[in-house]
Amino acid sequence: MRLVARRIVLYALTALVAITVNFFIPRLMPGNPVEVAIGHMQARVTPGTIRALDLQYGINTKLGLVGQYVNYLDQLIHGNLGISFSSYPATVVSVIRSALPWTVGLVGIATIISFALGTLLGIAAAWRRGSWLDNLLPAMTFFQAAPYFFVAILIVALFATKLGWFPQNSGYDTTTLNPGLNWAFMSSVLDHAVLPALTIVVGSIAGWIIGMRNMMLTTMDEDYVLIAQAKGLASRRVISYAARNAILPSVSGFSLAIGFVVSGSLLTEIVFSYPGIGYILLQAIGNEDYPLLQGIFLIITFAVLGANLLADFVYSFLDPRTRQEA
Amino acid sequence: MLQFPKSGKIRVGLLMALVFTLLAIIGPWLAPFDPNKSLTTTNGLPQPPSGAHLLGTTQVQQDVLSQLLVGGRSTILVSLIAGAVATALAVVLGITAGYYGGWLDDLLSMLANIFLVMPALPLLIVIFGFINKTANPPDALIGLVISITGWAFGARVLRAQTLSMRTRDYVTSARIIGERGWRIMMFEILPNLVPIVATSFLFTVIYGVGAYTALSFLGVISVAHWSWGTMLYWAQSAQAAQQVHIEWWWFLPPGLAVGLFGTALALLNFGIDEFINPRLRTAGLTRRRARAAGQPRRGAA
Repeated sequence: MRLVARRIVLYALTALVAITVNFFIPRLMPGNPVEVAIGHMQARVTPGTIRALDLQYGINTKLGLVGQYVNYLDQLIHGNLGISFSSYPATVVSVIRSALPWTVGLVGIATIISFALGTLLGIAAAWRRGSWLDNLLPAMTFFQAAPYFFVAILIVALFATKLGWFPQNSGYDTTTLNPGLNWAFMSSVLDHAVLPALTIVVGSIAGWIIGMRNMMLTTMDEDYVLIAQAKGLASRRVISYAARNAILPSVSGFSLAIGFVVSGSLLTEIVFSYPGIGYILLQAIGNEDYPLLQGIFLIITFAVLGANLLADFVYSFLDPRTRQEA
Repeated sequence: MLQFPKSGKIRVGLLMALVFTLLAIIGPWLAPFDPNKSLTTTNGLPQPPSGAHLLGTTQVQQDVLSQLLVGGRSTILVSLIAGAVATALAVVLGITAGYYGGWLDDLLSMLANIFLVMPALPLLIVIFGFINKTANPPDALIGLVISITGWAFGARVLRAQTLSMRTRDYVTSARIIGERGWRIMMFEILPNLVPIVATSFLFTVIYGVGAYTALSFLGVISVAHWSWGTMLYWAQSAQAAQQVHIEWWWFLPPGLAVGLFGTALALLNFGIDEFINPRLRTAGLTRRRARAAGQPRRGAA
């Protein structure tokens, strides 16, 4: 548990840095965000709102930087991220709350599929080194190097526009259905999630395959693998002995990958007009909705840190060495 | 002394990277049209490739090929600047942390870890989001900002390697002779890390292309600033992939260009990896020869 404890300290520090950076960016950048806000909200703004925005961005205030920072932390602890310019008078928290489940569901399921499938293919590629699977590596490299949203555009063009197998956009059939716990809605959601999920799997699987393959090749040179073969164990048993050791770096590499996957899926959502965080992010950028932008940054950071923590727990469960008290 | 590398991956990667670099330099001069100019006003639909426009036109009749050639320079320049600055930071911070150890190492490692787990794209979006959208930030500034989020991985790898080197005999003797810290780091340790520095540079350039393209695709960086990401921004906002007649000539060239440039660098990286770790080599290795070379056999008995 020492590993997990050390990681928790790191995540707490990272969260603090993110919160602090988030506080300073609007204060360091040129321009007055409140004027932009008033421009976007036009006549609907009340003096109270302007005062609240001034406080949020430290304009026309006698409070020093430290006082502003304490105020900001206090607001944050109470779950107040300010008011969204573009969906005024809705709060940032309520806008994010309605979009978050879509993103978490999509990214979560796609990542699990990608990790499981990629690891299995990596094992196969290592076990049959020099076979056709190795020749696929450069092609997979292309899909890893190409931006997620380009893969998304290709997939829309092929499977939705050209072949018409799946819908082109949005999270469910918005014209005929209302959200609810019924079969029609659920199947519509699944139908709409196939292509975005496919995009995320295609974009992220190469990393898992290559990582697992390379670690497997190193592990297969170990003496215990040789002994397992020498005493005539079935190759399935030998593979499983090697694989369960080779998988550890993949699990610890998960923390690096998850940030990329989340960022990539935000862009994927934009191509599919999927009603998740990526979609409101695009609106926030288009409308210069600073509070929403900042809120999204914080929420994504916290979500990624949470996913990391989960991966660390899994790691310490898989690797008994990390559980020893030193 | 320098041999031309045998690995096919390095050869192909090198060739592709050279072609892209060349295009980045001369591309804007080759462009047949002004990328901003609407060439005709007769038709509101994007035109497919023809003799006059080899890659067709956009919705407002701008020449796609010209946009591709002009946008390539900005895309590659930004990613190279991001890669170079991030690698320089990684070398300085990574080797310093590994060589001196102690509290400095703890501090720098913590900093690197924080930057590794913090999702980079949302941070970049917030930073660029506050820059006025009508302002047209220069390529160097964009690259510089991206590099802030891209140095940590390289620093961590370089630190680990330095750690394993600082107790080697030649480093110890250099210290006993009385060489200064910076001299040992620059002339005794750094030369042995060159393959890793190269890998880390290529890795961050790939990261830079991805980040820059994503930021321009989102429209956070001025959409009047031509890059491959900006082209995809316009294609997406016109729903080029969702039209009944798919306007493939609009989104395919910039997307392929980004992907192929990244692939070229990744192939070079594979080549270097195989150079460092011969186990990963696949070139000219059939299964039978692998078996003869003492690799574990597949299947029992």
